Amino acid sequence: MTEELQQAMEGDRRAIARMLSKIENGSISLADISLERPSIESEAWSTMAITGAPGVGKSVLVDALMTQWAGQGLRVALLAVDPSSPRTGGALLGDRVRMSSVDNPDINERVYVRSIATRSSSGSVPLIVEDMAAFLLACGWQRVLIETVGSGQAELRCAAVADRIVVVEGPARGDGIQAEKAGLLELADIVLVNKADLDGAERHAGELRESYALDGEDAPEVMLTSGLKNIGIEEAAAALLELESTGRALRARMRERLLGRHERRLVLHPSYNSVLNRLCQGTLDIEEALSALQGDSDERTS
Amino acid sequence: MDQPLRIVVAKPGLDGHDRGAKVVARALRDAGHEVIYTGLRRTSQQIVDTVRDEDARFLGLSSLSGAHAHLFPQVCEKLREAGLDDVIVFGGGIIPQEDRPALHEVGIRAVFGPGTPTAEILEFITEASGRDDAGVGQSNDWHWESSA
Repeated sequence: MTEELQQAMEGDRRAIARMLSKIENGSISLADISLERPSIESEAWSTMAITGAPGVGKSVLVDALMTQWAGQGLRVALLAVDPSSPRTGGALLGDRVRMSSVDNPDINERVYVRSIATRSSSGSVPLIVEDMAAFLLACGWQRVLIETVGSGQAELRCAAVADRIVVVEGPARGDGIQAEKAGLLELADIVLVNKADLDGAERHAGELRESYALDGEDAPEVMLTSGLKNIGIEEAAAALLELESTGRALRARMRERLLGRHERRLVLHPSYNSVLNRLCQGTLDIEEALSALQGDSDERTS
Repeated sequence: MDQPLRIVVAKPGLDGHDRGAKVVARALRDAGHEVIYTGLRRTSQQIVDTVRDEDARFLGLSSLSGAHAHLFPQVCEKLREAGLDDVIVFGGGIIPQEDRPALHEVGIRAVFGPGTPTAEILEFITEASGRDDAGVGQSNDWHWESSA
């Protein structure tokens, strides 16, 4: 075991941060340090995805939940994902701006926040987050939250990386028909309608409950919260901590893992960038590009 | 570039003006780097904690309130105390020429005033990241001669 890994396991935050970078950059893998990904769908959760549209208040809500849990003595880590520029690869990671728990000296020993860019992955959360979460758990963090990029109705990649899925909604998010549409809402283990102090929140929660009523017994609970005004946070924090999986996401989870891993394989292919360039120049068509990227990827193991 | 650089852009102290910090953050983003913005009115300790937890290679400090002579060295000192000697620190804002030598002395490798082209800041980032002696805790008197 390297000295840095040893220090990280003992709780040294600088060592943890540096190890996380190495995992993110692919310079070490979990196998290199003899760690396994924890099994998903276990009784008590260790990783939880917080997802929902941009601007519904995910960051503030997550901060309020972490403040509750850390206040009760739990050690909570957050991996907060923001998008990378599709043009330059750069990113502005701004989730910390809305976080007060990391700056609160009474609890910040029990709160870890790490900002992550999507980099080359297409979904609302890069698959490597799963390994980063596993590492944090191995270093003694008890729960890992994953805040996804603000995402819409059909962005399901978060199912691949977390034991539980929390969908955050806001008031006035369309009429009753929006609540009936297929997609992300079907995978939720719980729905939090945030900004509960604003007009339309109660009505939207009602529409969601009506829609879920048709699902029968495994339907997720719908709760009203406001991270900013501290409404319903204590109740939500308690409910989330004990949250059981509805089991609705199992097939989607496996599908997203398969697709995500396949995508990662393409993106990590040595010819990926040159194939992209040739596509832009028009010297290659899509079929040719696909077969060019097929090559040695068959021999790759992960 | 292989891996994007992780850069924290921070506003220490009671200074509510962040236009400059945002312009710099945007230029760094557009150059392909990952910029972690802290938001306004951070204490030195909060900034150092952020640099540590985010594993940032660079820290950019912005101040327009006149408190740079006090706050910037304090951040540098706390970085060294936290063992973050290899983090490269640069500063910007309303910082008179006569204040700059003292800042270079405590390990701030560049100070950019109003009117600095963003391209120059990017040149500094490239040059400093290629050196192995530019960290805040590494004894060396190298600093960037800025044009403004």
